[in-house]
Amino acid sequence: MSAHQTHTVVAHKESFLRRYIFSQDHKIIGIQYYLTSLFMAVVGGILAMLIRLQLGWPGSSGIRPDAYLAFVTMHGTIMIFFFLTTILTGGFGNFLIPLQIGARDMAFPFLNMLSYWLFPPAIIVLLASFFVSGGAPNSGWTAYPPLSALKEAAPGSGLGQTLWLISLAILIVAFLFGSLNYITTVLTLRTRGMSMMRLPLTIWALFITAILSLLAFPVLLAAAVMLLFDRIAGTSFFLPAGLVVGGKLIPSAGGSPLLWQHLFWFLGHPEVYVLILPPMGFVSDILSTFSRKPIFGYKVMVASISAIGFLSFIVWGHHMFVSGMNPWLGTAFMATTLVIAVPSAIKTFNWLATLYKARITISTPMLFALGFVSLFVTGGLTGIFLGSPTIDIQLHDTYFVVAHFHFVMASAALFGVFAGTYYWFPKMFGRMMSERLGRWHFWLTFLGIYATFFPMHYLGIAGMMRRIYSPLLYPHLQPLQPLNVFISVAAFVLGVSQLIFAFNFFWSLFRGEKAPVNPWRANTLEWTAPSPPPHGNWGETLPTVHRWPYDYSVPDAREDYIPQTVPVAVPGARREV
Amino acid sequence: MTQLLVKEKTKESAAYWGTGFDRDPPGGGGWGFEEALPSSRYSARIAVWFLLAAIAMLFMAFTSTYLSRRTVADWVPIAAPRILWANTTILLVSSGLLEWSRRALRRGSLWSAQRGFLGTTLLGCTFLAGQILAWRQLVRQGIGLQGSPHGAFFFLLTGAHGLHILGAILALAFVTFSAWKGRYSPGNMEPVDLSATFWHFLDGLWLYLFLLLF
Repeated sequence: MSAHQTHTVVAHKESFLRRYIFSQDHKIIGIQYYLTSLFMAVVGGILAMLIRLQLGWPGSSGIRPDAYLAFVTMHGTIMIFFFLTTILTGGFGNFLIPLQIGARDMAFPFLNMLSYWLFPPAIIVLLASFFVSGGAPNSGWTAYPPLSALKEAAPGSGLGQTLWLISLAILIVAFLFGSLNYITTVLTLRTRGMSMMRLPLTIWALFITAILSLLAFPVLLAAAVMLLFDRIAGTSFFLPAGLVVGGKLIPSAGGSPLLWQHLFWFLGHPEVYVLILPPMGFVSDILSTFSRKPIFGYKVMVASISAIGFLSFIVWGHHMFVSGMNPWLGTAFMATTLVIAVPSAIKTFNWLATLYKARITISTPMLFALGFVSLFVTGGLTGIFLGSPTIDIQLHDTYFVVAHFHFVMASAALFGVFAGTYYWFPKMFGRMMSERLGRWHFWLTFLGIYATFFPMHYLGIAGMMRRIYSPLLYPHLQPLQPLNVFISVAAFVLGVSQLIFAFNFFWSLFRGEKAPVNPWRANTLEWTAPSPPPHGNWGETLPTVHRWPYDYSVPDAREDYIPQTVPVAVPGARREV
Repeated sequence: MTQLLVKEKTKESAAYWGTGFDRDPPGGGGWGFEEALPSSRYSARIAVWFLLAAIAMLFMAFTSTYLSRRTVADWVPIAAPRILWANTTILLVSSGLLEWSRRALRRGSLWSAQRGFLGTTLLGCTFLAGQILAWRQLVRQGIGLQGSPHGAFFFLLTGAHGLHILGAILALAFVTFSAWKGRYSPGNMEPVDLSATFWHFLDGLWLYLFLLLF
């Protein structure tokens, strides 16, 4: 076996440029996506710190109001589109899909390379908006018109907003290329014996995610193009009549800002599932591996992922309860929103059932997976509050919403990223990460997130508005200021503890213990390839799959795990499912 | 046995990369538990169909905006430029010609297929030129992006459609070039089939837009 590997590695000689920069190898592209996204996470994280600096000490931070709004806008945009989406699908998706289905690469490696190389230009265009006159856009990651459509509306609504739209359009094309690749690869390049119902849940999640982003992002593209036309060509798709900005009447007429909201949230809601489904997949696999138990209810998990995927397209109206929509329509959106809680709850109960009476090994990936479940439950419960129009009217656009989505979508997805990183780092780079530093990182991050975001529920109920520049502007918010200071301090601790991760990552990259082929004694196919896998992933023959990926603690089996490549005829192994 | 067979294949071969045609017979659906291999020969076809789904979503978004924007009081309908009827006919003829050429290729008549593909490509270019003429007619009537919402939608939708047509023309030009180089045969014409799928889709999309707009 090892002779073959050496042969494979030696046979594949390419220039540095072809091999590491313009590579068509899914693993290199995955790592490129991963590292670039981490860089963007640093940018987005620094912006978050600046936001907390302003909210904690509004008088003395030295941040101007329009700069503050620009930070808020860019923090959201970067974290959602340029960090979480790209690292989960572009980073982990690229790395894991071929390795877990037993393929040598993606179906279209060249398209894959193009997808990555659209990402840096999108970043450059986006970050350039900081340096143009007027600065970065002020209209939030949702870019509601008319604020985002009229150059006169705010300092950042000038060239900065145009760059924001162009950057997003480039990134959407990158997502489109990526999604086409992931869907096709999963459908056509699975190895012998890897039927759809033997796929690890990570792959199922990435597969449904790819379908979501393929169908949802074109809608945002259409909206972005129309908004660009409104800005540049003087059309009025989203601009109503009678707008007065700075005492000047705007000539546009007849358009509707609500249309943008509909189009935006038609993307926006599937998008949050683009962020949460892949971590759900990672967590399912990690929980099963470290519980040494099969995942509870595999088929129901697959059905839940698919149901969430479908339902995510018909709930967008719950972001718009206060937009004056017909109450009947609001009720319909409330119903679909509460229905989506059902598959989400099924998944949560299945995770808990997987843990029940298990011989749990506590390791850093497992801690982050458990943390994910905790954050997802906390954020999910507040989602039920917000899904009801009557309560949402009170809580809309307050810090309650900020708390909600930072738990259920942002922090939970971040924990998915961390769990995935600690789990697959040995496969990606061939070295183990430090367990000791990992645990410090986990506990500080976990407690930091609860300390930062949990009090925000209270702020929201007390009436503190989302995106407000200074809580001291209103008398009813002034008594809340000590809490804001507390949150800011917690956020700084949370921010600083990420340095532990950064140190662990780079230290382990060069100094970490050499990783064995299968350090976690897991069943999925990537653990049968060398760490790190060579070009082409396996030697001369692709692995053949004989069973599902969750044969842990099979009675009478010699080991407490049976990899997918082990034939069923092995004495004592049970016929699967 | 399998091991032996595979070992003989070089790293560059299709079997090694798992993207070739030698993995027949294709797996029986791949949903059950049978030890079957999913077929990779449909990769490109699947990708094209999903691409069409994404394009359909793009135009669905434009459509929903159009339908709701049309109900506002400032909406003044514009008349369809007459040349659009000619453009539509050209596009329909091009689809027919493309089908005729594909059949010729399937029969093994490369000579007819080559001319047919060239004709389709040229008709595609003619359609695009016709659309630009339609734009100029409207501009001459004083209808631009500004001031006329209906006009703005006309420019937006025909523009978006035209960009896709441009991409499809490039694909057709590639097919024509390859056909001239003699790269296709009745059993080996997948790029032809995929380009045809794309072209017919855009043809249908144009009929839809024409009906929607006027």
